[in-house]
Amino acid sequence: MAEKILEIKNLQTHFTSDSGVVKAVDGVTITVNKGETVGVVGESGCGKSVTSLSVMRLLKDTPGKIVGGTIEFEGKNLEAISEKEMRLIRGNEIAMIFQEPMTSLNPVYKIGRQIAEAVQLHLKYDKRQAREHAINMLKLVGIPRAEEIVDEFPYQLSGGMRQRVMIAMAMACKPKLLIADEPTTALDVTIQAQILDLMRKLSKEGDTAIMLITHDLGVVAEMCDRVVVMYAGKVVEEADVFTIFENPKHPYTEGLLYSVPKLGQKVDRLDSIPGNVPTPSNMPEGCKFAPRCPKVMDICRQQDPDLLLIDKEHTCRCWLYQNSEVLEV
Amino acid sequence: MAEMKVGEVIRQPLPQAVNGTKSTPKQEFWRKFKKQKMALAAGFFVVILFILGIIGPFIAPFGAAEFDYDHILEGPSAAHWAGTDAYGRDIFSRILIGTRLSLFVSLLSVFLGSVGGTILGLISGYYGKWIDNLIMRFCDILFAFPGILLAIGIIAILGPGLGNVVIAISIFSVPIFARIVRSSTLQVKATVYVEATRSIGAKPRRIIWKHIFPGTLSSIIVNFTMRLGTAILTAASLSFLGLGAQPPSPEWGAMLSGGRDYLNNAPHVTFFPGLAIFLTVLAFNLFGDGLRDALDPKIKD
Amino acid sequence: MLKYFLKRLIGIIPILFFVSIFIFLFVHMIPGDPARLVAGQDASLADVQAVQRELGLDKPLYTQYAEFVKNIVQGDFGLSLKTKRPVFDEIAARFMPTFWLTFWSMIWAVLFGLVVGVFSATKRNKWQDYLGMFGAVSGISLPSFWLGLMLIQLFAVNLGWLPTGGMDSWKSYILPSITLGAGVAAVIARFSRSSLMEVMKEDYIRTGRAKGLKENKVVWGHALKNSMIPVVTMAGLQFGFLLGGSIVIETVFSWPGLGRLLIDSVSFRDYPVIQAEMLLFALEFILINLFVDLLYGVLNPQIRYE
Repeated sequence: MAEKILEIKNLQTHFTSDSGVVKAVDGVTITVNKGETVGVVGESGCGKSVTSLSVMRLLKDTPGKIVGGTIEFEGKNLEAISEKEMRLIRGNEIAMIFQEPMTSLNPVYKIGRQIAEAVQLHLKYDKRQAREHAINMLKLVGIPRAEEIVDEFPYQLSGGMRQRVMIAMAMACKPKLLIADEPTTALDVTIQAQILDLMRKLSKEGDTAIMLITHDLGVVAEMCDRVVVMYAGKVVEEADVFTIFENPKHPYTEGLLYSVPKLGQKVDRLDSIPGNVPTPSNMPEGCKFAPRCPKVMDICRQQDPDLLLIDKEHTCRCWLYQNSEVLEV
Repeated sequence: MAEMKVGEVIRQPLPQAVNGTKSTPKQEFWRKFKKQKMALAAGFFVVILFILGIIGPFIAPFGAAEFDYDHILEGPSAAHWAGTDAYGRDIFSRILIGTRLSLFVSLLSVFLGSVGGTILGLISGYYGKWIDNLIMRFCDILFAFPGILLAIGIIAILGPGLGNVVIAISIFSVPIFARIVRSSTLQVKATVYVEATRSIGAKPRRIIWKHIFPGTLSSIIVNFTMRLGTAILTAASLSFLGLGAQPPSPEWGAMLSGGRDYLNNAPHVTFFPGLAIFLTVLAFNLFGDGLRDALDPKIKD
Repeated sequence: MLKYFLKRLIGIIPILFFVSIFIFLFVHMIPGDPARLVAGQDASLADVQAVQRELGLDKPLYTQYAEFVKNIVQGDFGLSLKTKRPVFDEIAARFMPTFWLTFWSMIWAVLFGLVVGVFSATKRNKWQDYLGMFGAVSGISLPSFWLGLMLIQLFAVNLGWLPTGGMDSWKSYILPSITLGAGVAAVIARFSRSSLMEVMKEDYIRTGRAKGLKENKVVWGHALKNSMIPVVTMAGLQFGFLLGGSIVIETVFSWPGLGRLLIDSVSFRDYPVIQAEMLLFALEFILINLFVDLLYGVLNPQIRYE
């Protein structure tokens, strides 16, 4: 059994607003092993980004709050430690890349300074060493003219370049875990592939585990060892990447796969999943996917199914498999 | 498909229930405004001020020019709540009676300024080109002078007096409204429905008044309220400098100015009129802030 | 940067042009005959005509304007009707006191306003924030002359700590600059609070936190500099407000500056002085705004390097 690096158990993150409580994350369990890449997949608003912000404890300034469950990083409960201890982990042992490279860099500071900042803080380098390190990191992520770019401002770089800078910044302190929240969504397709290659290379070299949050199954197929599918704040299916693509069990996962065109497959039209993700204030009774599910049964509308172990290391939350062993209540 | 950022998801209003009633803009405004206790209290105070502006002279215990040389420069007492001035006149009564003057001067001047500014702003924003250029350069000139300086300049030409204060304040309010209305006109003009109206051949005058003007109304209202406070301050300042209302008028600024000579032994003569100005302006500003937050969150200071 | 600088510099030329026309016409807007005014009510018709010729009022308007511009470029604003001395000398003696008063008021107002604004933003919706913002809206609503008189009453008359007026020592500066700066401090506080709160929503703030930076460092290091860009512009606009305010404050504190000279001139109908003062105030305001534009460029790297 591989060594666990991150273990999210039954995480519940709720948002309180004027009109009530929204259960953005409602009992999510995800495990990431050392050096492994885990994909967290789902449509907008399924709670995958909130999960990652919960891990980083970056919910400050939002009405969100972790109300249940535990997050353990290398056996340490991240919910229990002080803010000061958490700061030693952020950017050092767990680093994060965000979706929007255009706005995620501070426009008034030079690139080098923004990378060096974390290096000085965590690796205790002096100013000169940190600058050297920043230049090396920029070279490592494939930025040409690194010695010059280090003294430039973010607006002088393209989106793809900025995302490379973000990666350089995140990897600068050799984190054990990298959380990448839709790292390629805002980029052109050709740039996407380059960025993914870069992330894969760096994670292999530094033995960094990646939790990759995305809605893009193409990215998942290329990058991930294991996949967690989320829907409406819950995990609905989890398996290794081959199983997910070859033998998906949950109707939602099937739907996601059918909505991606395949080369060489002749179909008249692409299947899409009918309907929309239910709004948090308007959650259906029973299984959250029931209103959109092609295989819906009576019981689905009454009771939410449990997450079931249906095969070796393959879990699914669906009434279709109720005869399997119950993994979790 | 661009995924929304977490912050956006949270900031978005939760959708209405399908069978629920959709709230009208009016209800929406009231819901937001009600939440601001301070603005609500200020609004209440403004209403009382307007009532006092109307009935003030009838409920004042003394007349504005009721001299009493046996009781000059007396401090606050049961008979004279805010004391008496150098002629033995009751300061509280004079403040009550003066409410009408202050409100009238500020309302009238801001009204004139906003009408002028709105018309210029609508023309400027709708027609663009050289006329926009002309109007905006005109505004630039007026903006090159600090407001009160412009007012003093205008009074230097027209001579002192409350009527000329009204003219002066309305002139320097014009460019402020013109700019605000112009920028919201440009925004509204760019919207699809105005484009659609134009394409079916509606006349410019009709488009401006039926479609664009209503779209700019909320920012006009908000700024109108905010400017009222400034107008009261400016009018009082000018009267204080001897350029506005002249004694024995119970205008607050003029009363305050008259009390300066007795600061050593009778500070209440300056204190109470100033307090009246302060509270009135404060009420208008708080009320305006509340309106802005409820009506037009885009406008910042 | 140089291009930006030149563009701004060229941009003020038309404004200067129009402002000078406005001020030139100003004297012509006075009801009645300016020549009669200069010569005095009792002067004979011949005297009035002499004055008319002397002032060039018999020439066409555009020639008069050209003369006017030529004269002011040479620093010749005519003679004061009251003292019969050159207006330039009258104003020159009054310039520095007003400059220093507005300067010190601006300094404390910006610093104090910033601190209150940032503090309020970091304590958002807590009692410190409400207190700060109520203080700020009060500051905006205070009639400055009243605040000045009350400060005199308290610190000069009752406590005797500070002088009631005049400009004798550094102590004389304290009350006038507090009075003059109060409104500006309040505006800056409100504006920097909302600007900082706006910036705190930005993605790069989250990036800073994700790096493991302390919250203080995120606010004072990453957020503040970004939020200052609009605040600087605001502060520039407020300088005009200060110039206007100084007219009132100088009267309250018997300050020997331009503002009091202006009020005296208005009561005396000393038009050449009024004209020169309006021009000076406008010029000062325009220059300050130019300076602010440049500062904006310095703060914003996108402008600085293009």
